[in-house]
Order: sequence, then C-alpha cells, then structure tokens
Amino acid sequence: MLTPVLSDNWDQINAWQLSAYQRTGGYDALRKALTMQPADVVAAVKDSGLRGRGGAGFPTGMKWSFIPQDNPKPKYLVVNADESEPGTCKDIPLMMASPHTLVEGVIIASYAIRASAAFIYVRGEVLHVIRRLQQAVQEAKDAGYIGTNILGTGYDLDVVVHAGAGAYICGEETALLDSLEGRRGQPRLRPPFPAVAGLYGCPTVINNVESIASVPVILKNGADWFSSMGTEKSKGMTLYSLSGHVTRPGQYEAPLGITLRQLLELAGGVRAGHELKFWTPGGSSTPLLTAEHLDVPLDYEGVGGAGSMLGTKALQIFDETTCVVRSVLRWTEFYKHESCGKCTPCREGTWWLVQILERLEKGQGTEEDLVKMLDLSENIMGRSFCALGDGATAPITSSIQHFKDEYLAHFTHGGCPFDPMASTVFATAGASA
Amino acid sequence: MAENHATATDKPVPYSTGDSNITETTIAEMRELAARYPVGRSALLPMLHLVQSVEGRVTPEGIEACAEVLGLTGAEVSAVATFYTMYKRRPVGDYHVGVCTNTLCAVMGGDLIFERLKEHLEVGNDETTEDGKITLEHLECNAACDYAPVMMVNWEFFDDMTPQSATQLVDDLRAGAEVKSPRGATICTWREAERVLAGFPDGRADEGPTGGKASLAGLRLARERNWTAPNGSGGGNGRVAETTVSPEAAAGPRPSDQPGKESQAVNGDDSRKED
Repeated sequence: MLTPVLSDNWDQINAWQLSAYQRTGGYDALRKALTMQPADVVAAVKDSGLRGRGGAGFPTGMKWSFIPQDNPKPKYLVVNADESEPGTCKDIPLMMASPHTLVEGVIIASYAIRASAAFIYVRGEVLHVIRRLQQAVQEAKDAGYIGTNILGTGYDLDVVVHAGAGAYICGEETALLDSLEGRRGQPRLRPPFPAVAGLYGCPTVINNVESIASVPVILKNGADWFSSMGTEKSKGMTLYSLSGHVTRPGQYEAPLGITLRQLLELAGGVRAGHELKFWTPGGSSTPLLTAEHLDVPLDYEGVGGAGSMLGTKALQIFDETTCVVRSVLRWTEFYKHESCGKCTPCREGTWWLVQILERLEKGQGTEEDLVKMLDLSENIMGRSFCALGDGATAPITSSIQHFKDEYLAHFTHGGCPFDPMASTVFATAGASA
Repeated sequence: MAENHATATDKPVPYSTGDSNITETTIAEMRELAARYPVGRSALLPMLHLVQSVEGRVTPEGIEACAEVLGLTGAEVSAVATFYTMYKRRPVGDYHVGVCTNTLCAVMGGDLIFERLKEHLEVGNDETTEDGKITLEHLECNAACDYAPVMMVNWEFFDDMTPQSATQLVDDLRAGAEVKSPRGATICTWREAERVLAGFPDGRADEGPTGGKASLAGLRLARERNWTAPNGSGGGNGRVAETTVSPEAAAGPRPSDQPGKESQAVNGDDSRKED
C-alpha cells in the first residue's frame, strides 16, 4: 500500500549526513549517471514517466530535453524549494531529513542538461532546513561530487543554496528567476520559456524538490522500475501530505492513484467523533472536494476529472466543525497579501474578494454578493499574469458550488454559526455544542 | 478576522538613527556573497539578510552599502527590500515569534494562539515588546501543516502548539532560558539566524532529529506492515532489495526515541494526537 522510497531513510540516525546517506547506497546513482551520455540520462527520466511534483505535472524529462544544446550560453538548473502553497509540507521534511537525496539529484540533472551551475532556491523561513542544505552541499563538495572535474569525468558544476525572503509568488517559476536575479519576485511573460531564456537570459530548467529528488532512484533502479508504480499516465511513487482533522497527520509515500479513502484509513481516519466535510487535493489553489470524492484516484487525471487538480498532493482535511466561509476568507486574504501587484485582475480582484467575504462572514452580505464573487472570479481566472490569480479563485468558486447553503446560513444567522473553538486541536468536549 | 493582517504602519520609524553597525568586514562579506553568483546582483537577497544580521533591521546605511557593492541605486535596492515580508524596516527583537494563521493552522487553533499571545505580550501584529525581546507576527503557511497549529521562533519550527504551550514558550524566551526547536537547533537570536540565511553557516546543522512524528508517520506504518516499494531491477537499489529481506536490517540504526523527543519538553500536551 505504501512505498517508501524518498522517505525510506528518514528514520535513520543522522540521515542528513553524507556518511549515513552513503551507507544506504547514496551517490551510487551519480556514479552510474556519469558513465552515461547526458542525452541518455534525459532519456531515462523521460522513459520513467516522471511528472513534475510541484503542482503542474509537466513531464520532467521532456522539460530537460527542451534545453537547446546548440545554444552557446551557459545552462542552469534551478530547484524550486520555495514550498509555500497552503497545505503543502512535503519538500521541507525531505530536505530536513535527507538533503543529499536532493543534492545527488541536482548533480545528475545538471549533468543531463549540461548545466555549469545549479541553484537551490529555498524559502527563507526554514532556518534548520537551510542549515542542512548548506552542510550537504559542502559535504558533497568535499567529497568531489561538486566542483571541477567531478569524479574524474571532466564535468564541472557549482551548486549554491539561496535563501528567499518571504514571498509566496516566488514559487511561480519565472518570479523565482527574477528573485534569484536580485529583483522583486514578479512573474515574466512567456514565451520565451525558461528553457530558452531563463536565468540571466540563459537556457534554464526549473524543477520542484521532489521531482529532482526522484531522479537518483530512477537512474539506479531504471525507468521500468519507476513506471511499474502508479497509474497509466501518472507514474511512480509520491509523497502525500495529510493535515488537519485527521488522527495521524503526516507524510505518506504511496504510488500515484491511491485514494483519499485509503489514505485516511492509513492515517487513522478523521479525528474521533467527527466526519469529513471538505478537503483540498493539492493545496488551497486546487478546488475543494467533499466526501463524495473519497474514491477519486489521486493522480493527475483522476483529480482533474473530478473538477480539481492534483497539485502538490497537499491533502488538507476539514471536519464538520469548520466554517467554509471563514476558511475561504482566510485563503483569500492570503492571496491578496501575496499578489505581487503586477497585473490588475489579480491585484484588484483579490482585494475586492476579501472585502466581500469579510462582509459575508459577518452575516452582512446578500445573495447578490455570491453572484458578484463568481463574476469577479471569472474576471481573474485566465486573465491574470500567472497562476496565483487562477489559484485565488479556486476556493471561492468551489465553495459556492458545494456549500452555497452555508453562505446563506451566515445571512439568516446574522453572522458565523460556528464556534471557532470546536475546530481546534485543543477543543474541549463542550466546545462542539 | 482581517485584523490579523493589520500592521502597525501608523507608528513612525526614523529613516536613520545614525548608529549603523556596517563595517568594512560587512562590505567584504557582501563582496564575498556577490562572488558566489555568475551575476553579482543575485546576491542582493542574501546581502539584505546580512544587513539584518548586522543592523537588526534593513537600515538606510545597509541599503546604500548593498547599492554600492552591486553598482545599483539606493532606490533599486529599496524596491527589492520592500517587496519581501522577511525584510523589516522596524527593529526586530531578539526573538521573532511567528504564528501561522493561514486557514488550516487558524482553524486548528492558530487564531486563538495569536490572540492569546497578543494579549499576553501586549503587542499587536508586527510589533515588538517594550523590553526588545520579542517581535510577534502572524505568518502565512510555513510548510508544516501536518504539525498544525504551527509557530516559528527565528524561523525554527514549534509544532502542535496550544495557547498554553505558546505562552510558556514566549515566557521562556523572555526569561533567557535555553529553548530548543522540536525539529531544529537550540534557538539563536534573530540576528544570528539572519546571518545563516545570508549564507554563512553556523555549524548547527547536526542538532535536532531527522524529522518529527508526522514526517515519519507513513514510514513507520510501512515498517510495521512490511510494506516496501517494488524491488529494483538490474542490480539497482540495494536498499530496496535488502528491505524485502529484512526491513529492520536495511533500515539501519534508529534511535527509538528520536522523533518528537524534544518536542515533549516544549509541548508536553501531545496526547491529543494518537501515536
């Protein structure tokens, strides 16, 4: 049922250190990759069917193959370690427990695309993770895995750990590039795509942490091994993150296509005495689902077919004590705060959505406000510069679709009918009354 | 709810206090950072972290120093500094205390914790206690949702918090007690943390566990039930192959009490989550 691969060494003593990582075969994949032609490494990752684990699900090997090797400019690999989509909490524990899994993947991926330098752009708000990454890169340098003439192959690579400074938008790949160039993190118009003109206008691959961390084991065990797990179009194992009103929240590594019903069973179910009300399949930017979607296969196609997106596989579980309106207001405040301000639909739209939702939560809205919010969402969706605007509409439209009655209940009740204490982890027995 | 997001913008802050700590050493370190990148300007974010580690905030002198090293104008550097939430115009206390109030943490108790701390510390959002010890701020999602409600002290994790454990935490910090993150190191000062973020390691990476209980929840279950990934083909992954034979042997040495051990000291009330 569960298939620990990326998380397989997380319970070992000092797993973050080079010596521990090498004890379990660490850097064997790098040695193997360096005996192959770079194009063959790309082909292996392509054949495995690995798709981007940062949310979009774009085939990783195909992304690598877009790098024009006849372009004389330097090539770069950038790892998107700016994990900050609400609900998403898989890359941080991976880098905390086993940073070398990522670093080994970085070196292999850089070799495959013939990059001269790689950057790990990690959000700034995770001090200890940054310490572990810095140390892992240093250990890899000292061991000759990073630097000049790596393991005698003549291949040179520099790797830099770069801390961000608190901006959700920098998880958007082109905003991340601007930020990494020392600018405000605002998205760029595409085309040109980063594969052609990315960091410093040079060909650049940007991949999520989990995608890159999956590369060493693909090289080691082969593409067929990887694609023996998962479903027809969604191959391999992945980290599912369960959080919220669940008995044992945490990281569950399983083949793509497992269902929430199965994952909830593994995690001890929704917390005792309560039932599932709504959940996000992949962070707050993926439309909410409900108990009727418990048996949807959690792969790219399955969740798409249910009207949402697999996203980052951040399964936030909310039980019946949670107010949908309060939840959506808070997410919308987040998008408003994190909107970079570059484009009008997102900057103005998220601001107006917050104004209306505040009114609704206090029970001072009208049914017309719901129409207005859907109209605003329509004007943001697809008309914004990047996916942040689209994501901001997901909680609004999906909550009105599934929970319109609850919005109406706020009008009839003259405010929020929920007790905020009842939804907390420290709720007392009487608080649910 | 929206008052969580209010900032004390009505309190004036002096543009310059005239007592900058930027020295030749700082400038030399800024040049060292710039040299790590193919294009020096890429070091601007790290350099601003360095300014905060020296100055306790982003000062006009710090902005000018960055500008000079990178050949930019002060306005260009300011434009960047004001974009990012982690850069502070007002002096930050020794301990930056963050409470996640994004939806999941808010619902799980983050809102109540933040309210309690504002009362307890007698400060608003993004304000510092009179003794200069603690700056309180509400946070957006910090990628630790499986430990909700989450707090951060100088960007170290504090998991599964309650109003009681939160007030105890800030009391300990104010009293100068040694405080450890359940998934990190002994808490250093905010300025020391900023220096690490700038790219100057402090040698504390080996402190703390590999992960907490939630990080290992799936792995522990897989071990219990002998679930593994398929065998690697073609002499591939020795780890996976061995695991099939003996999960215990392949797993290597494990401290039975490792994950969450220190979290007990911080937050004794761990009983609400089933082990």
